Amino acid sequence: MRLAELVTAFVIALFSLYLMWESGEGPSWDPTAVRFANIGINVNNEGPGSGFWPFWLSLAMFICSVMVGINWFRRRSPPSRSRDRFLDTYGVKMFALVGGGLVAFLFLIGLIGFYGAIPIFLFYYIYFLGKHPWWLAALIGISAAVFCFFFFDVAMRIVLPKGALEPMFIPLYDIFL
Amino acid sequence: MEVVVLLLDGVWAALQPTNLGLAFLGVVIGLFVGAMPGLGSVNGVAILLPFTFVIQEITGTISSPMIFLAAIYYGAMYGGAISSITLGIPGASTAVATTFDGRPMALSGNAEKALVIAAIASFVGGTLSNVIFTGAAPLLASVALKFGNPEIFALMLLAFATFIGLSGDDIPKTIISICFGLVMSAVGFDIISGAPRLLLFDSTQWFSRGIQFLVLAIGVYGIGEMLWTINSSRDSLKMTEANITLARVWNAIKSFPETWRGTTIGSFLGFFVGILPAAGATPGSLMAYGVTKMVSKNQEEFGKGRPDGVAAPEAANNSASTGAMLPMMTLGIPGSPTTAVLLAGMVIWGLQPGPLLFTDQPEFVWPLIGSFYISNVIAVTVNLACIPLFLKVLRMPFSILAPLIFVLSVVGTYAAYQNIYDVWLMLIFGIGAFLLRILDYPLAPAVLAIVLGPIAEPKLRQSLLLSDGSWMIFLERPIAGPITIAAIILLLLPLYGFIRKRMKARKAS
Amino acid sequence: MLFVRKLTLGLIALLASLAVSAAHAQFEPTKPIDFVIMAGKGGGADKMARLMQSIVEKEELASRPLVPVNKSGGSGAEALVALNSATDPDHTIMVTLNSFFTTPLRQPGLGIDIMTFAPIGRMAEDTFVLWVHKNEGVNSFEEFLAEAKARGSGWVMGGTGSAQEDQIITDFLNDTFGLEIKYIPYKGGGAVAKDLAGEQIDSSVNNPSEALGFYESGDVIPLVAFTSERLPMFPDVPTLAEAGEDFAYYMQRAVVGAPGMSDEALAYYTDLFAKVYDSAEWQQYKADKSLLGDYTSGDDLANYWQVQRDRHEVILKASGAIN
Repeated sequence: MRLAELVTAFVIALFSLYLMWESGEGPSWDPTAVRFANIGINVNNEGPGSGFWPFWLSLAMFICSVMVGINWFRRRSPPSRSRDRFLDTYGVKMFALVGGGLVAFLFLIGLIGFYGAIPIFLFYYIYFLGKHPWWLAALIGISAAVFCFFFFDVAMRIVLPKGALEPMFIPLYDIFL
Repeated sequence: MEVVVLLLDGVWAALQPTNLGLAFLGVVIGLFVGAMPGLGSVNGVAILLPFTFVIQEITGTISSPMIFLAAIYYGAMYGGAISSITLGIPGASTAVATTFDGRPMALSGNAEKALVIAAIASFVGGTLSNVIFTGAAPLLASVALKFGNPEIFALMLLAFATFIGLSGDDIPKTIISICFGLVMSAVGFDIISGAPRLLLFDSTQWFSRGIQFLVLAIGVYGIGEMLWTINSSRDSLKMTEANITLARVWNAIKSFPETWRGTTIGSFLGFFVGILPAAGATPGSLMAYGVTKMVSKNQEEFGKGRPDGVAAPEAANNSASTGAMLPMMTLGIPGSPTTAVLLAGMVIWGLQPGPLLFTDQPEFVWPLIGSFYISNVIAVTVNLACIPLFLKVLRMPFSILAPLIFVLSVVGTYAAYQNIYDVWLMLIFGIGAFLLRILDYPLAPAVLAIVLGPIAEPKLRQSLLLSDGSWMIFLERPIAGPITIAAIILLLLPLYGFIRKRMKARKAS
Repeated sequence: MLFVRKLTLGLIALLASLAVSAAHAQFEPTKPIDFVIMAGKGGGADKMARLMQSIVEKEELASRPLVPVNKSGGSGAEALVALNSATDPDHTIMVTLNSFFTTPLRQPGLGIDIMTFAPIGRMAEDTFVLWVHKNEGVNSFEEFLAEAKARGSGWVMGGTGSAQEDQIITDFLNDTFGLEIKYIPYKGGGAVAKDLAGEQIDSSVNNPSEALGFYESGDVIPLVAFTSERLPMFPDVPTLAEAGEDFAYYMQRAVVGAPGMSDEALAYYTDLFAKVYDSAEWQQYKADKSLLGDYTSGDDLANYWQVQRDRHEVILKASGAIN
């Protein structure tokens, strides 16, 4: 936990510096613009520039992450005093299985669309992680997909991407839309 | 007195079977759409807009289709609370603040109480604001016009100030969270200079559209909070006991008066913020939560399941949705995304919303106002009647509920913006939120900041453009001045408390 | 395992190609049509798009629904990119406005060439009128010029966006009449109209549809129309041409198809929106909101785009908004 606190503060500090750098970028149509010319309060008599708001707020973020670092050093915050592990064995396993499952879920959406990915993800979670009977997992997975189709595609007219499964849906469009 | 007669006529018109049926249907649709994460009243209203032309043809009046759409709007405001409380994901942006205390109440076995309070507070907020609306619409419209750029910015500052104490024992971490939300709200496109900016990692596809509020909110609450719950509960989570009896629901109803403070603050504040065209129901409900917490004697109970913390935002978002109707009808200016679509509808039906609507189209205006009252009654009745049904969700085993919440988060994020990159971003925020949550970073301030940021930044810059860069513009103007000063005092209060605590500690040692 | 996947994908691709080739003979949409709106919910373009959708729905003009999707990010950049990378151009169309010309010029990094978009139909041209608040004590364009000159940069014009329609007109006024009007960009025309009615700004160049409510209540007055002829709705308001300046500026309200749309699909949509244009509802709306312009499609529309794009390039270069 103690190490994680310091690493996180460091990562946030780096990220704030990156944001400050990006804030200073000039407009895309003007390659001659000087970086950080846009962070002032009255740029070219046109009020605050485009980088004004993000730059100074990122700076505040940077300063605060340094303060978190100082607090770590002086052991003022609970996480910097804690001797617990950031994530214990259970946590790491859970994080890998659930977080990994979610990432795979999103990749699957890109390949076979929402209606292919939803049953697979639900089956994976309910059967493998939840240890429920396979038929229950399959039932929930398929009903969730069917429900989503009727709710989003048919009722709400929000057409969810179907990826490679698109041709299978043409007859359904014929009937329902 | 004339107003009362007109109103009674309007209520009578709204009670006609067709209109009553439409209001009922609208409320049910709204409840459903509002409860679905990612979708809010704006989706429901936009999608059903084309159908209203059919309604107009059948009924032959222009008020009937509007009654239908307004009922969806109300229903969605009630519905948002349902998923905030039972699932912990805000059903709509307006219901984010409801998760702060609604979710802890559900987890500690008081889900039915939270739902009942949300429903009744919504009803009180909706009805109180209707009364104000009926009595003072034209007057308030002229107040709304007095709010220019510096005034709106001052108000946003005040909103921040009321929230500064939110869940933040660790001041640097709270400020990091706020600044992160504010900077993220600037990603994408700068409206003032017309330039793309902060395209992180030079990715136009990911960031040119900016980072939408719901992407962060669903990430934090749908993914981050769920992962945290799974991690900390070790598979042994028991949500609530199985027997929800009518007696318990009745007890919850009886306990409602104890939330009078939150409900009152929410109703009035929500309405006032709602009528300002730039703001809308989301900032209104967040501010109501902040203020209620600030004036409460039991501040430390907020965020841990305090009934007031559910009542305030729910009263406020309903009140604000009525409030947002005010500039729409009296000025022709939408106060929220949903009213923007309603306005489009009115224009398409051949009405001209604007200062003359009340005098030129009384046969449209009064039945509609009448229907606001009726819709509220329908919504609270349907909602209370369905509470046992909503609670069924909580009786599901957690290992089935959790993946369903994940799927809802993913589908909901997609449905909200129809952009797959937003879904990835949502997941990234979610995982980040989980890791930061373990280290005691408060995340609610970031969510608040990404709501207020896109309103506050352009207003700040427009004001400074107007004043040639002088900050005095926020102090000199008659309305902006007092608001700014109040905000600054509130911002300094926690600092003062902090210093005093330090001094005491030093003296003691 | 890999083999099975390849086989499945192959089969699916085959099916897909069959579906497409069947469609080619006489195009009919086989799935819901993505109806991208290049502006946020509730704006002028959005209102029109939803009206068109309603007409299509009510008159049952199309066999598949139009599904409106608002993509307003980056002043329309989001919508342009979405169309440019549409996976199914035959089912992707967009409602557009003048940011169709300006945004690709201002954001060259997007890699958009608008001439590759399919010209379906221009539904109308919106007009611009100069408005002031009645309390300003300015009743004619001449009085406006005198007063604005006297106040210098103390005269404030509100408008939608930066280096877009409203600012182009403001820049023109400044350059032509030697004024120093200060321009403040807003997110949408509604907010501009409201701030003019609340006397937060001194003037605006709103479209008539945006200012109509306050015009009818008498809060704001029109001074001059930026059109070549007087508008039927405001017969007493002179045009800028009458003041001796050859300047007219319009906002296109057009429907375009994604790059790569087949000719058959283009013909289908051109015909579809011609029907929408001819409907009584659309004609009524055009008259009510003081819109001009006839239905233009195909090569005529493409030529119109070319002219407008070049004109905007000249204007933006002159004002320093692009290099």
